[in-house]
Amino acid sequence: MKNSLAALFLILFNTTLFAQSEIDMATGLRSSGKIYVVVLVLLTIFIVLGVFLFLLDRRIKKLEK
Amino acid sequence: MRTSWWKILGLVMVASAIVAGLLGPVPVLPILHETIRNVYFHVPMWFAMVTLYLISVVYSVKYLSSGKTSHDLMAVEAVNTGIIFCAIGLLTGMLWANITWGEPWPNDPKLNGSAIATLMYLAYLVLRNALEEEQKRAKISAVYNIFAFPVMIVLLYILPKMTDSLHPGSGGNGTFRDLDMNSQMRPIFYTSVIGWILIGVWIFTLRYRLRLLENRKNQID
Repeated sequence: MKNSLAALFLILFNTTLFAQSEIDMATGLRSSGKIYVVVLVLLTIFIVLGVFLFLLDRRIKKLEK
Repeated sequence: MRTSWWKILGLVMVASAIVAGLLGPVPVLPILHETIRNVYFHVPMWFAMVTLYLISVVYSVKYLSSGKTSHDLMAVEAVNTGIIFCAIGLLTGMLWANITWGEPWPNDPKLNGSAIATLMYLAYLVLRNALEEEQKRAKISAVYNIFAFPVMIVLLYILPKMTDSLHPGSGGNGTFRDLDMNSQMRPIFYTSVIGWILIGVWIFTLRYRLRLLENRKNQID
């Protein structure tokens, strides 16, 4: 009984481990630190957008006075 | 509308969603791989769109009882901003579909529903353009808006769940909960949703305030 249970667990655990190694994730980009460049680029674009919106808000506020 | 705290909050939330979205841990799933991070950006576009369309229909209803031009201007500018988010949602969805489903538009019920909903709201703008007289334009487009909103909800969120679909959450597919079983993605996702809704509403208020100024100027001339 114990032996067959151990065998069953061995097979089940093995299959999940196998599935994990087959799926590629961008670990290369992460380990080389290049992912930080991507983050910075997107943040820059977004911060510029934010500043633009703020300046627009201020111009409209001035017009409303 | 003129306070800054919620605007800065929206910017900070989206900025943190960008950083955490790219660097944070995500479930490792077949077919999706790293593109699952698109959930942080593609989905909030639709949340923002629905919020803005909801604001629009509320002001359309308000206009019909009050007759105030400002309510009508809110309704139209909310739709104008909502359509921008709709377009970004469609484009980002097509880019994502191209890589994961093999084609940008696989004739899926949710995608077709979103296309019809987009056309409906574009028709709202065309309708407004066709009516010269201010009050007539406001009243007729308000009624059209009240009709268009529930139809959009049904097309996007009810019909796709009743039939076969490729899209997550529709047609018997697993929902976000099934993807994100460890709740790793949830906090970043909700931050992004709320942040983008705040930014969408900000853009809407800016458009509305500009419209109001233009309106006043035209009436003086």
